[in-house]
Amino acid sequence: MMYLLGAFAVLQPQGSVALAERGLLVSATLLMFIVAVPVLSLLFFFAWRYRAGNTKAKYLPNWQHGKLEELVWWAIPFEIVLILGALTWTSTHQLDPRLPLPGGAPLVVQVVALDWKWLFIYPTEQVATVNELAVPVGRPVRFEVTADAPMNSFWIPQLGGQIYAMTGMVNILNLVADKPGTFAGMSANYSGAGFAQMKFVAKALSPEDFDAWVQRVKESPLVLDHHTYVPLAAPSAAGPAVYYGTAENSLYNTIVTKFTGPQAPAHAH
Amino acid sequence: MFGTLTLNAFLHGPIETVAQLSVLFGVLAVVGLLTYYQRWGWLYKHWLTTTDHKKIGVMYIALSFVMLARGAVDAFMMRAQQVLAVGDGAGYLSPDHYAQVFTAHGVIMIFFVAMPFMFGLINCIVPLQIGARDVAYPFLNSMSFWLTVAGAALINLSLVVGEFAATGWLAYPPLSELYFSPGVGVDYYIWALQIAGVGTLLSGINFLVTILKMRVPGMSLMKMPIFVWTALGSMLLVIFAFPILTATLALLSLDRTLGLHFFTTDLGGSAMMYVNLIWAWGHPEVYILILPAFGAFSEIVPTFSQKRLFGYTSMVVATMSIVVLSFVVWVHHFFTMGASANVNAFFGIMTMVIAIPTGVKVFNWLFTMFRGRIIFATPMLWFMGFLTTFILGGMTGVLMSIPGIDFQLHNSLFLVAHFHNMVIGGVLFGFFAGFVYWFPKIFGFMLNERLGVYAFWSWIVGFLLAFIPLYALGLMGMTRRLSEVGVEFQPLLVVAAVGACVIGLGMLFQFLQLVVSIRDRKKNPAGNNPWNGTHLEWTTTSPPPASPLNENTSGGLLIAAGALVFGFALVWHIWWLATLGVVGIVALLIVRSFETHHA
Repeated sequence: MMYLLGAFAVLQPQGSVALAERGLLVSATLLMFIVAVPVLSLLFFFAWRYRAGNTKAKYLPNWQHGKLEELVWWAIPFEIVLILGALTWTSTHQLDPRLPLPGGAPLVVQVVALDWKWLFIYPTEQVATVNELAVPVGRPVRFEVTADAPMNSFWIPQLGGQIYAMTGMVNILNLVADKPGTFAGMSANYSGAGFAQMKFVAKALSPEDFDAWVQRVKESPLVLDHHTYVPLAAPSAAGPAVYYGTAENSLYNTIVTKFTGPQAPAHAH
Repeated sequence: MFGTLTLNAFLHGPIETVAQLSVLFGVLAVVGLLTYYQRWGWLYKHWLTTTDHKKIGVMYIALSFVMLARGAVDAFMMRAQQVLAVGDGAGYLSPDHYAQVFTAHGVIMIFFVAMPFMFGLINCIVPLQIGARDVAYPFLNSMSFWLTVAGAALINLSLVVGEFAATGWLAYPPLSELYFSPGVGVDYYIWALQIAGVGTLLSGINFLVTILKMRVPGMSLMKMPIFVWTALGSMLLVIFAFPILTATLALLSLDRTLGLHFFTTDLGGSAMMYVNLIWAWGHPEVYILILPAFGAFSEIVPTFSQKRLFGYTSMVVATMSIVVLSFVVWVHHFFTMGASANVNAFFGIMTMVIAIPTGVKVFNWLFTMFRGRIIFATPMLWFMGFLTTFILGGMTGVLMSIPGIDFQLHNSLFLVAHFHNMVIGGVLFGFFAGFVYWFPKIFGFMLNERLGVYAFWSWIVGFLLAFIPLYALGLMGMTRRLSEVGVEFQPLLVVAAVGACVIGLGMLFQFLQLVVSIRDRKKNPAGNNPWNGTHLEWTTTSPPPASPLNENTSGGLLIAAGALVFGFALVWHIWWLATLGVVGIVALLIVRSFETHHA
């Protein structure tokens, strides 16, 4: 069954953030069963018990008000919401995407949503890739997400929840991979004709493999700078993974600020 | 002369041509039949120019059914595309065409199916339930209806001339801005909604005044039937929410038409502002639709349980708390936009708080059934189907109101399943129940029960088959709006497509039910009170006497025609025609204001 249907990515977390989010999903579901199961059972029990054909059941056509009963109706959902509300408050702060994760200095990856591909810039390593992301297992990753395209949403379900990628601003998403593996990454927010192909591969590698991967990227003769960025940013879909052995440091800031500068030309693509 | 409109606007691929031809044949068939049976005069005098609230209500529901057929075709096209476009297959729709289809589906189902269905029921029933002769402003009522028709006509016109928006039903910028969507699709979207939106706002005012000022002597607010209370709540929401939609779309149209920068990426524009504004309207909109559905069930459950409604006062309190709360939850539609944890947590908790009054309503319905004598006629079946699916949809909704969970489910098919759960299982089932319940009152004869039962079972089975797989697909990490999908998703998508076909079967049964019931109408007279209902509408004849305030006026029809011309001209930048449209509307309003004979 599981093989036939593929993986339930959201339910099979490979990182601590996704794990916590699944835990929250499970406990909130169980909490709601406390109300939903009795209500559904009552619905079908009453429907059966008080069917018109059953003249043995008690019939009180004018019973229309009960202070105690109504107090109970208000109290039950109130109590559940009180508990869920407390859970929401604490979990929302614990799972705030911009909260740094434990485990030392994070790896910084600058993410740019383009029409219709993902650009990943590694500022410390000074390399960049398109449609392929690699992170070391166990080390927190700080994604700095922006866009040079319509609004997208950066999502790797097995590592954790998504965040919007928007022009002129940077959204922070902290994630960590706990196990090595290859995960699906995608845009979750419709961004135009190439949206369905706007996917990437997210690889979680052991620290040694990650270093080897960075070396491999560095061997690429391609250079990402202000000039090579222009054709890259032009709309295209279903492109292969690309490695840039060298990435210009200031490019990311230029992409973020180009929409907001006073002298910015209209849509400087 | 014709602005940006050229012959190219008529030329597309084969699938679009089929759509063009079906619109043309549909129009020609109606025109032909009316001419053949010499019914133009009858149609004009008794329907098109009427201000009788019941007839306007019936026309609203007819519009809703026609557009339901269109929206359903869009749905079938999407399900077919996602079954066919798997792995290396590209399906039969281009990505852009697929996007137009899912955009049109959403827009049509919300604005031109659910909204007219709701206004249809309110028009038919609210004046009868409060003992009013008609609505407060009968002419305005006619105009509101025709403006809604003009909006619907503009959307269908986009099938023939040009294209529709390919942006999703809320047209988020910057995708909907001129730079990324240079075609006329978004303009059709804007002007269809603007024209229909004016009609909706005016209707909201009309019914608010009607309910507050025209109740029979002795009917205090706390004696109004719950359906009237929910209509009142819904109209309050319309009055407060629709101006936000109008302003937001006006700003977007200024960006697109005059090159301004409210929501563009550059020169200080902010798409996030649009997202906030559109949901400040969009969330109340959900409650605009579902409150009257709750109201219909609050009439149906007591009637068929042969018992008084349990907890009237808490029903009223719950309804009005939902009205207030629906304005403070809009951020839950975009927890992933990057707001701080405090903001997200606040809006998450406010969303859950709405579950309290909603839960109270559920308990009150349950305890109306308790110690009753329940007759399972079709309206009651729809209620059973509603509550079963609504509990599921409510649970998944509360799940997504927790930001930490929403990060993983947002924009996935889990979300799509959730809101269809609420809009089909909640809103639509409620309106179907109300339609079956009040049909005998409005037309004077009963609907065929057997076909109604078949329709119900097809809908509920089809609904579960079509949408439970989508919950699973969302958990598998499948996002919405995909024109091509991975092979791992295919088995469940096939199940969902089968479900859509079963729903189609349900619609077929509903159509047959209407045909058969009309054929057998002489055999099944309704009498004044076929269900033993207890409210005022059941004390009058079926059908009720014609409204004493009825006047025949073509004003509303003509003004809406002017609005349609105006909208079409703005879409294609035909400035002289737009001017003509505005001048025409103003002239008609002036002429109308000099008419002194109206009641």
